[in-house]
Amino acid sequence: MIIKQLTIFIENKSGRLAEVTKVLGENNINISALSVADTSEYGLIRLIVSDGEKAVKLLKKSEFSVNLTDVICLSVAHKPGALHDAIEILSEANVGIEYMYAYALGNKAAVIMKVSDPKEAIYVLTEKDIELLKADDVYK
Amino acid sequence: MIWNEHFECMSREQMTLLQNERLCQMVERVYYNVPFYRKKMQELGMEPGDITGLEDLPKLPFTTKQDLRDNYPFGLFATPMEDVVRIHASSGTTGKPTVVGYTRRDIAMWSEVVARSLSAAGIGKKDRIQIAYGYGLFTGGLGVHYGAERIGATVIPISGGNTAKQIQLLQDFESTAIALTPSYALYLAEAMEEMGVKPESLKLKVGIFGAEPWTENMRKEIESKLGIKAIDIYGLSEIIGPGVSIECMEQNGLHIFEDHFIPETIYRDTLLPSEQGEEGELVFTTVTKEALPILRYRTRDLTTLQYDVCDCGRTTVRMKKCTGRSDDMLIIRGVNIFPSQIESVLLELSETKPHYLLIVDRKNNLDTLEVWVEVDDMFFSDEIKQLEALTNKIVNALQSTLGIGVKVRLVEPKTIERSEGKAKRVIDKRKI
Repeated sequence: MIIKQLTIFIENKSGRLAEVTKVLGENNINISALSVADTSEYGLIRLIVSDGEKAVKLLKKSEFSVNLTDVICLSVAHKPGALHDAIEILSEANVGIEYMYAYALGNKAAVIMKVSDPKEAIYVLTEKDIELLKADDVYK
Repeated sequence: MIWNEHFECMSREQMTLLQNERLCQMVERVYYNVPFYRKKMQELGMEPGDITGLEDLPKLPFTTKQDLRDNYPFGLFATPMEDVVRIHASSGTTGKPTVVGYTRRDIAMWSEVVARSLSAAGIGKKDRIQIAYGYGLFTGGLGVHYGAERIGATVIPISGGNTAKQIQLLQDFESTAIALTPSYALYLAEAMEEMGVKPESLKLKVGIFGAEPWTENMRKEIESKLGIKAIDIYGLSEIIGPGVSIECMEQNGLHIFEDHFIPETIYRDTLLPSEQGEEGELVFTTVTKEALPILRYRTRDLTTLQYDVCDCGRTTVRMKKCTGRSDDMLIIRGVNIFPSQIESVLLELSETKPHYLLIVDRKNNLDTLEVWVEVDDMFFSDEIKQLEALTNKIVNALQSTLGIGVKVRLVEPKTIERSEGKAKRVIDKRKI
């Protein structure tokens, strides 16, 4: 249930994101999810891709700073209160959320989270019947 | 106004005689009292008797900033510590400062040369001088302070910074003179403009500016914006502090107080004395200092010495406004900074590699220092707060070593130029 997320450091200058997507596209690596955290001088691109290990090697070769981080992916109903239920479970278990990004499609929503304790998060969420996506479901 | 006509206007022959005598006494003193110099002279097969006058000066060994660091803190002092009444220090590599000491007589001599400097700038007993150099270990504030008291001026020891207060005191105390760094002067002028304080509403007539290099263009700007005469003062703590030399009202080179500090210029490649009238690295030998006498100190400042008599009547040798340096030292907001200091801080932090680039600029007339650091795998985190914490850690480490504010910017790996030889570590956009 642990999903490997790719994080890439890029300076705020034009063309850098395009270089990342170019490397991934040319090597047939598919992007399942993407989010950008930005500051005034640099950004962090967070990606879930079809082959994380390969992407890291390729990006390092192209001289990017990149790493792999453990995240989890929740699948909740696309309806009011559903996300709240999941977050409250984590909160009660004292699991901190470092950052998250989400999208909804159809009657489901996927929520990717970096949490302070992934194992504990998986345990408390599954116990309360919150669906967690498996790595293979996400890396497509 | 000439403070000490006897020493400032003596003939070249008299000056040479005086320097010969003082130099010989000084060489004898360091030989017997400072093991460092005795060893250096012995290595060169020299005894004090071998030095009979100025013509023998080039035979003596040099002293460098590194020598002062190697003998940190008091290793080069020639008097017992009980005779030392004051210590000053300037920032140095990895927090080890360059330490200098003064006896009571040294302080009196320093006050004398600053008194001569202020007089040359037209400052006298009736003036009110606002001293906006920093007070403390830095020699600027206290150095000018004692000289200003010596001439009997009214001293306003406000120290650096606190711009609004500086302007208020210029108005309320009717200061007629001010001592500060040229970049701060421009900043002050702009702040006055913003506050709607007109220079003609002030009594200010002269400023003495030093501790960092400045151009003729900056002089013009300061003079027009503040409506004052801008006088260049030169000094370095290793020699005494401010007051080694000063411009007179002719503003045609800085008069060196050579009865105390004998100047030479040397070629950078051969280290031999340069021909008269040719540019070289400025070297000073102090001949009257007690606590920290220095033989042939390599200042790394580049200048030309002029021996013709100035229109002001002083016969002392003049040095041209310094044109540059023969090492990589940067002077940022009056503080001496070597790129190697930044390198050693980065090496001490385990997360960073010593690939860095320094961007020095002048924004709103204040020098800025930006340090570019590459983000590599050791450094990297997927969380911005971690990156920010690390950036702050670098900023704090740099600031505590350098003593000035620094901005750290994270850049992508391999974006800073690598070089087999001397890497380009500094981009100075100030055009000094």
